[in-house]
Amino acid sequence: MAAVLGATITGCSSTGGKRAEDARKASAEAQGKAAVNTPRWTFAMVTHSGDGDSFWDIVQSGARQAAVKDNINFLYAHDDQAQQQAQLVQSYIDKKVDGLIVTLAKPDAMKGVMANAKKAGIPVITVNSGSAESKEFGALSHIGQDEEIAGEAVGEELTKRGRKKALCVLHEQGNVGHEQRCAGAKKTFKGDLQNLYVDGTNMPDVQAGIGAKLQADSAIDTVITLGAPFADAAVKAKKDAGSEAEVDTFDLNEDVARGLQAKTYGFAVDQQPYLQGYEAVDLLWLYRYNANVLGGGRPVLTGPQIITEKDAGALLEYTQRGTR
Amino acid sequence: MSTATVDERLLRTSVWKKLLSRPELGAVMGAVAVFVFFSFAADSFLRMSSLSTVLYAASTLGIMAVPVALLMIGGEFDLSAGVLVTSSALASSMFSYQMTANVWVGVFVSLLVTLGIGIFNGFMLTRTQLPSFIVTLGTFLMLTGLNLGLTKLISGTVQTKSIADMEGFSSAQTVFASEISIGGVNFKITILWWLALVALATWILLRTRWGNWIFAVGGNGDAARAVGVPVTKTRIGLYMAVAFGAWISGQHLLFSFARVQSGEGVGNELIYIVAAVIGGCLITGGYGSAIGSAFGALIFGMVSKGIVFAEWNADWYKFFLGAMLLLATLLNHWVRKRAEATK
Repeated sequence: MAAVLGATITGCSSTGGKRAEDARKASAEAQGKAAVNTPRWTFAMVTHSGDGDSFWDIVQSGARQAAVKDNINFLYAHDDQAQQQAQLVQSYIDKKVDGLIVTLAKPDAMKGVMANAKKAGIPVITVNSGSAESKEFGALSHIGQDEEIAGEAVGEELTKRGRKKALCVLHEQGNVGHEQRCAGAKKTFKGDLQNLYVDGTNMPDVQAGIGAKLQADSAIDTVITLGAPFADAAVKAKKDAGSEAEVDTFDLNEDVARGLQAKTYGFAVDQQPYLQGYEAVDLLWLYRYNANVLGGGRPVLTGPQIITEKDAGALLEYTQRGTR
Repeated sequence: MSTATVDERLLRTSVWKKLLSRPELGAVMGAVAVFVFFSFAADSFLRMSSLSTVLYAASTLGIMAVPVALLMIGGEFDLSAGVLVTSSALASSMFSYQMTANVWVGVFVSLLVTLGIGIFNGFMLTRTQLPSFIVTLGTFLMLTGLNLGLTKLISGTVQTKSIADMEGFSSAQTVFASEISIGGVNFKITILWWLALVALATWILLRTRWGNWIFAVGGNGDAARAVGVPVTKTRIGLYMAVAFGAWISGQHLLFSFARVQSGEGVGNELIYIVAAVIGGCLITGGYGSAIGSAFGALIFGMVSKGIVFAEWNADWYKFFLGAMLLLATLLNHWVRKRAEATK
């Protein structure tokens, strides 16, 4: 009793927290040595990510892991405005990097700099978005998820689960990939699917938006969110509205893995962001080292992977270390 | 009558003192410091191709910073300037596509639409006497909504359809988004637009009656009106100048990429204001320069791309920008005090 009291007073926690995180990191870094003896090439990655996006953190950690193994100096920059993203790519071309990894969320904006990279003899791999344009713009390979196929997988899963009326929550107005996900789901889903737009930068608004919709239409038995953080808001909204709807989501994080275990969520659709970063760096290295090209001119798909309660236990650990 | 009592207004000031009292001094010093810094910190910074990228980044910002600086000298803000650029590009693109018109028709229609929005801003401001912060905050939100809503309604998706294969596209591209090769290095044409706008604005400010009006309106509107300055017209004119800048930037966006993303531009209005303030514009109006805004934009271009060349983590970019803004403003403040004290 006194010991417990003592520990409480000094305020220590024997589980979790920064100390546990440091221990995990230390064991991960212990293996952080290059596995090859190729020269130290510089690869740069430029994405359309906004500031502080958890998804892109996972992509980056995959890329960095591969960079350590392949003896690569890895650089990363991002901007969610097309013109700025193009300028960043141009800066790396000016810098004469040995390889480029680029997302083509706004393909027309990247066409010019992709041509410049080709002229400068810098190999480019596209990741995440732009499967349709990647080859035309002269990229070696494209690694990512086809958003429409991912949406179709969701539609099929919903039908399999016997759902009748679903709500697809788009948290970013103006994102073409998001529209494709919902459109894909609508295509294969036998029930009825509606789109709902919310402001993803404003969580209370997301929650209120979903809540209002659930209250207005009690027939909705499924809510699909397009990003892991929004699934949590959907669950809260569901409780507020007294709805029994199942919440399913795109993407995975620690909370989603826990939620799947606790059956708060029905299923999650993962596009394995870690793989997108890791493979991109590794494939560039392979190209530099051995002139290997993967995909045969077609996109290399990293998703969709449907994750349910069964898989969640193992994945929980990986989400905690920031690789899933 | 002695020679010692010359009127103080006729006294000759030294060149040094004249330089010290220029509003752009702080920005010039800042730009030199940043340039020297990155020349050492990043080995690829001094390459001609790198400098061309830096100048391009500075020009896309600078084209808007010039009219925004004029507006701030005139004592007002425009928070809608960032999305207005997108609106202008959208108007041009969608008109050409939907009407299947020569893209130059769209470009011209877009000029009218954009100037119209500028007039709306100025008119609302002068009519309602509300602070420009509120009025343009309203236009900012309305335009953000209109950009998305109208684009989706007309084009079906959140980006416009490509106009790259339409008549007049290549000639419009030459004017707004081409590259000029000098000694094997490609320079974007926006740099020329930028320099021309800086020259024009400087001439207006320092050599014409309109320039005097702008300073007078920003210094003290009521006093200006009392001595016969057309205050209302000047203010509306300034908002039209911002709209004109937005039109050039918008057409550049459109003809660089052939498509426009309807959700972009939000947040850029603050960057324009920062460039103008670093360039020596007072937030209270009545003081500043167009050349200063150019150096403000140049500092931005150098920092944003310098961080990339120096292989720094870009997560810190905004921090450097904020620190730079504070430093530049403090420097300006200090220099101005010194200059006034030694008069």
